[in-house]
Amino acid sequence: MSLFEKHVVLEKHSLLLLLGIVLVVAIGGLVEIVPLFYLKSTIEKVEGVRPYTPLELAGRNIYIREGCYNCHSQMIRPMRDEIERYGHFSLAAESMYDHPFQWGSKRTGPDLARIGNKYSDDWHKGHLTNPRSVVPDSIMPGYPFLASTDLDYRHIQDVVRTNAIVGVPYTDEQIANAAADLEAQANPDDKNAKAFLARYPKAVARDFTGDGRITELTAVVAYLQMLGTLVDFKIYDDKANPR
Amino acid sequence: MARPATATSLSFEETAYALFLGLLAAICLLIAGKAWDIPMALHAGIGAIFAGIGVFLIINGALHRKAWTPELIDGKPNYNYGPIKFATIAAIFWGIAGFTVGLLIALQLCYPALNLDLPWTSFGRLRPLHTSAVIFAFGGNVLLATSFYVVQRTCQARMPGIVTPWFVVLGYNAFIVIAGTGYLLGVTQGKEYAEPEWYADIWLTIVWVVYLLTFLGTIWKRKEPHIYVANWFYLAFIVTVAVLHLGNNESLPISIYSSKSVQVFSGVQDAMVQWWYGHNAVGFFLTAGFLAIMYYFVPKRADRPVYSYRLSIVHFWALIFLYIWAGPHHLHYTALPEWASTLGATFSIILWMPSWGGMINGLMTLSGAWDKLRTDPVLRMLVVSVAFYGMSTFEGPLMSVKAVNSLSHYTDWTIGHVHSGALGWVGFISFGAIYCLVPWLWNRKEMYSLKLVSWHFWLATIGIVFYITAMWVSGIMEGLMWRAYDKLGFLEYSFIETVAAKHTLYLVRAFGGGLFLLGALIMAYNVYMTIRFSARQEHASASGLNLAPAE
Repeated sequence: MSLFEKHVVLEKHSLLLLLGIVLVVAIGGLVEIVPLFYLKSTIEKVEGVRPYTPLELAGRNIYIREGCYNCHSQMIRPMRDEIERYGHFSLAAESMYDHPFQWGSKRTGPDLARIGNKYSDDWHKGHLTNPRSVVPDSIMPGYPFLASTDLDYRHIQDVVRTNAIVGVPYTDEQIANAAADLEAQANPDDKNAKAFLARYPKAVARDFTGDGRITELTAVVAYLQMLGTLVDFKIYDDKANPR
Repeated sequence: MARPATATSLSFEETAYALFLGLLAAICLLIAGKAWDIPMALHAGIGAIFAGIGVFLIINGALHRKAWTPELIDGKPNYNYGPIKFATIAAIFWGIAGFTVGLLIALQLCYPALNLDLPWTSFGRLRPLHTSAVIFAFGGNVLLATSFYVVQRTCQARMPGIVTPWFVVLGYNAFIVIAGTGYLLGVTQGKEYAEPEWYADIWLTIVWVVYLLTFLGTIWKRKEPHIYVANWFYLAFIVTVAVLHLGNNESLPISIYSSKSVQVFSGVQDAMVQWWYGHNAVGFFLTAGFLAIMYYFVPKRADRPVYSYRLSIVHFWALIFLYIWAGPHHLHYTALPEWASTLGATFSIILWMPSWGGMINGLMTLSGAWDKLRTDPVLRMLVVSVAFYGMSTFEGPLMSVKAVNSLSHYTDWTIGHVHSGALGWVGFISFGAIYCLVPWLWNRKEMYSLKLVSWHFWLATIGIVFYITAMWVSGIMEGLMWRAYDKLGFLEYSFIETVAAKHTLYLVRAFGGGLFLLGALIMAYNVYMTIRFSARQEHASASGLNLAPAE
């Protein structure tokens, strides 16, 4: 058969073989990835979705650091049981400012895409410090060190700026005031609290851990408490963008 | 390449590497001094030390050189085995480390107190350590060792360079050390199987390009006009992993003095790129690379030619073309557009054909030699690995069907599937290859004890059966519990009830993993005895870190 005989050319020329491999493996990835940067359903903006505040971003970085994504997904699928258990299915827009995405692939613990405002700050504090104190059968590791470690936010401005460079629409003002905004969100009596809320409308400023300190726990709780709360599904039109 | 007249002077290649590593050490020291965080200071420090050791080894190797390494000895190619020996031992070491961490995290899921409430021992940091240690450290070193062996033997040529092959093997293991210690310190990009941060990624890119050039360089020196089929698979593995690595690690550090970076892609685009990478890390790292092992070691051990040359060609091109499409089946019912995940599932099902074509090509190679399965436990290991390959490449397409995936996704079923492939296919073909390689490399007649190989085989096989059945039951059970409704129309189980229900199955899984680890420890003992026991008779060097040519 002539086709098999022609294959000898590839077997005798390593660079042709190399080129053949590159061409053959390039096709699938290009077809599946490139359209996602242009399709409406993957780049649409949804009312309410905003960039993370510096404190939430710091909390998210701790979430990533501790590998929470290994056991918790942040992607609710459009099935009856998931919607009843976790809330409205996740929209692409809700993770559009997630560099990287944290959809996860495994639910050793429950989905966290809409965990925000479901439990009190105190519950999160107790749960993160010793999960078995509030959920006796939990197999989650305890994270007592979060409460005892002061948040290192010396470089929060660089984190915010780098996010801006890769496309998150932070304003120059938001970048310049990153550290001040972080402090203001954790302390509603802070003199910058008003300016913070002006820069991040609808963000919540409060003493998340109730101890007047800004610890790693403060940041994680601030992050968890805003997850999934940005879009108001009472006014969101599901039919406008089916998937 | 022209070499200086005296053997103790540095060749051009050695000078280039010494200058590069010297420069690297200086940069690392600068970064270590100005580092923004402790992990960065530590890693830059380790980098400086490693680069410094590299410079020392290059110069020391040249100073103690009595003569240039000949390309031929008595008309036969003078194969370069030193780096291969190092990678073989490293594979065994990292394998045992990775299996042990796997057992530990399996037990943490049974008894959460084992997390110790410390940052560096908690599941979230140890799980990436486990996956990277077994995939990249164990699997990667097996691939380095076998690819360097196979490409030299099938091309009948010595690998090019004095430093180059060592740079690949030692540089790769330096990457492993940086990545692994990083996980424990909380340095991660937060993307599965692509956790190492920006600086480790850059280093791996350099090492990988040199790896590709070393591999191609050996092919260019070949005496035989045809490139052997195993080398096609190795080449596809090396090139595609490079493409995947570069595509999925687009990140911007917040400063060159910081270990923290921000991914360039976000949300749905990042998810697609991640699983394009993630699934093809399976497809090209854990499949194409290990199929190359199958195409060399099975025929060699069975002493039979590959079953079908034409099937090899079809298998190769169909596999690499189809695999790359399969990624989005990890994202069924997510915010990824449905056409993309359906496309991924469709190609996953088509992929079944070349997968089984390859399995048939491997198994049928035993035509006329099936009796050897009774007497040779090494061949048995290689053949059972191919059978596991067939099983997990059947299960994979099944799980990519949307109806099945709606149940299996997010559950332990996925973990079971991965491990039937990882322990059964990748693990067994690697063990089989190590049992072949060790006597060949150290010039021994056979392994110290074939009986111990048999013990390893049975312990590991029984361990895998416990592992995957426990995960099937636990995965399907929790999937069904999550979607169960009571007769009043309410969700029947709270989430925590589904967690508690899995406790016993997690114990069974840990037991299975323990048996698998025990088998690997037996292998390590067997390899040690093989190298040591015969060493007294033949005075062959067992040292991996010998920059002088293998005599």
